[in-house]
Amino acid sequence: MEAFSRRWTALAVAVGVLLIGMPAQAKTEIHFWHAMTGQLGTSLEAQAKQFNESQGEYEVKPLRKGNYAQTLTAAIAAYRQKNPPHIVQVFEVGTQTMLMSGAVYPVYDLMKHYEIPVKWNDFIKPVVGYYTKDGKLYSMPYNSSTPIFYYNKDAFKKAGLAPDKPPKTWKDVEAYAKKILAAGAAKCGFSTGWPSWTMVENMHATHDQPFASKNNGFGGVEGVELLVNRAFGQKHIGQLAAWQKDNVYSYGGRGGAADPKFVNGDCAMYVQSSALIGGFTRGVKFDWGTGELPHWGAPYRKATSIIGGATLWVLKGKPEAEYRGVARFLEFLAKPEQQMWWHVNTGYLAISNTAVRNLEQGYHFVRNPKQYTAFAQLTGLPPTPPAAMAGKKAAPAKAERVATANSSGLRLGNFVQIRDVIESEMENIFAGKKSAKQGLDDAVAKSNALLKDFAATYKQ
Amino acid sequence: MEGRFPGRILPYALLFPSIAVIAVFLLVPAVEALRLSFFEVSPFTGRGTFVGLANFRELVRSDIYRGSLSVTLLFAVGVVALGLAGSLAVAVLASLRLPGFGVYRTVLLWPYALSPAVAGTIWALLFDPSTGPVTVLLRAVTGLSPNWMMNGTYALAVTVVAATWKMLGFNIVFFLAGLQAVPQELREAAQVDGAGAVRVFWRITFPILSPVTFFLFVMNSLYAFFEVFGLIDVMTQGGPGGATEILVYRLYQDAFIAARWGIASAQSILLFVMVGALTLLQFRLAGRRVVYA
Repeated sequence: MEAFSRRWTALAVAVGVLLIGMPAQAKTEIHFWHAMTGQLGTSLEAQAKQFNESQGEYEVKPLRKGNYAQTLTAAIAAYRQKNPPHIVQVFEVGTQTMLMSGAVYPVYDLMKHYEIPVKWNDFIKPVVGYYTKDGKLYSMPYNSSTPIFYYNKDAFKKAGLAPDKPPKTWKDVEAYAKKILAAGAAKCGFSTGWPSWTMVENMHATHDQPFASKNNGFGGVEGVELLVNRAFGQKHIGQLAAWQKDNVYSYGGRGGAADPKFVNGDCAMYVQSSALIGGFTRGVKFDWGTGELPHWGAPYRKATSIIGGATLWVLKGKPEAEYRGVARFLEFLAKPEQQMWWHVNTGYLAISNTAVRNLEQGYHFVRNPKQYTAFAQLTGLPPTPPAAMAGKKAAPAKAERVATANSSGLRLGNFVQIRDVIESEMENIFAGKKSAKQGLDDAVAKSNALLKDFAATYKQ
Repeated sequence: MEGRFPGRILPYALLFPSIAVIAVFLLVPAVEALRLSFFEVSPFTGRGTFVGLANFRELVRSDIYRGSLSVTLLFAVGVVALGLAGSLAVAVLASLRLPGFGVYRTVLLWPYALSPAVAGTIWALLFDPSTGPVTVLLRAVTGLSPNWMMNGTYALAVTVVAATWKMLGFNIVFFLAGLQAVPQELREAAQVDGAGAVRVFWRITFPILSPVTFFLFVMNSLYAFFEVFGLIDVMTQGGPGGATEILVYRLYQDAFIAARWGIASAQSILLFVMVGALTLLQFRLAGRRVVYA
């Protein structure tokens, strides 16, 4: 009797498994390799789930493959073994590598092939421009951010500074830092995250200075050279090194290594990605605000900043039929409501103008003015959000920043290594081992060798 | 002693698994690395253009690579010198029949059992520039608060100490075994002749230990060159300013971060040649002074 029931149970389980398995088999799987962790990873998975539930044909399967570099390496290996994922998330510094790879199905072509209309013109220019070649968008912008200025309002108050007025110029930053230090409101004036991105790449962009020759690399691979050792680069990095001596500036390492300096109140000001607003909202105990990146003023023009983050690349080598699903998923991600959802949940930028306008009309920016800083800085609009007015159209705000060729992005081969070289030399300069000129000269020489090497690899 | 295998095939059949594993995981990749080192490889297609010795020429001329080489030599000298001296001292203490010496001997072996990632995390936490116990203690006692991870010299020193500590257990076990092989009579005879403890150690114990010391010398050199990747990756990622970027870490960066397979393969070949030459040199020079009692 017992054996009999056991046999029946087994049979029931087998049938059940078959039933559960069947609909999944009917769906076409779309593999999506990414590098998001924590809250960001959860949001990404939620988005894939929403897409899967919105239709019955395709099943997007997100898979985390490590950090950005590891994800890219894994995708390259998989592509060579002829089993790549459909979609891979690649950070902005890998753009040139992907463009030159010959392994990519350009997003623009994909959408055109499946006759899915996407209003590319509606996307924010500095974001789309970074990933466009010959007028075609090659990858789908996904998580984009730009560096902004964070400051501790409590420390400002303690030092007798207006808590609603972040410094606008680097001279202000210096003066504020000295007041803050004198008042004992913090141990250091300011620190920085992602040193090359915030202090070299974006400082050149926002001051309308070229970072590299050939139009920052957009003009071709052959003969591109770095230009960060010119007068502007020397001035800015040299000033940071000088400030480092009296604690106006405190270098805190690469990536997000310096985050604790701001979070635990050691440094009163901080330059870091706008994507940290969410994390700081949860993790910071004091009152804080955001502002645009400080500027050196005349004779430099005030230009828009450049982005960071990652985009989704579609890889070649999958069965033709499956690409329709990829196109459908990208279409889903491009929808304004998805853009808005992604922005609100992660702090990354919503990248279509429609989404930004909708957020504005929903008073999102009035309630979350910190979230507006990055949009203003990227588009050149004034930093305060225009209050949404029902029915009435606000007078178009006058642009405060210009968009120039120098502020449209960077396109360099071996960029990961170049960033490493730049940050190494910044560390040598800040440690007093080299002068700003010497360090930047060395960074340029080493980077140029890497650029030459990249050009040689893709010459063939 | 005439137990021979029946037939000629069986011995080869028995050897086959080991040879197959070595071939698949060592020989084939090594040959492939040698081949790739003469190519400039496009990461996605794997197709390469033959560039002859250009990769090697570029490495020899590269400031980054030469910097990495000198860091590696400093690192290796530090790890070997500190490791051998430290572990010999500890082993001599542990060989004394103090109460509870069995416990000490067991505990001393622990660091060796830790994975490099765990060891690296422990040391990174100890020397954390703002919250690390070492930093806090130093600040309380001396008022100084050095930023270990921003100063190249400190960072290199801390990683050397961490790498040495990780290998300490291994070294101590061999030294302890060696010390037990020193005949008691010899020492007693020397003592009767009026030699002090220091003299006994240098004249009797140390020469008898020389085969063990030489073995550990070679092992520690290999360890410093090849096996500290995990530790560096967790503690400093080669920074600050490349101050702890040893050759293996540089190689990893070029191969797995930048996907520059050609130049990374050339580095692996250079590294292989350098360590091979170093080991030969060690056998030639130091090997002669070893007393195999």
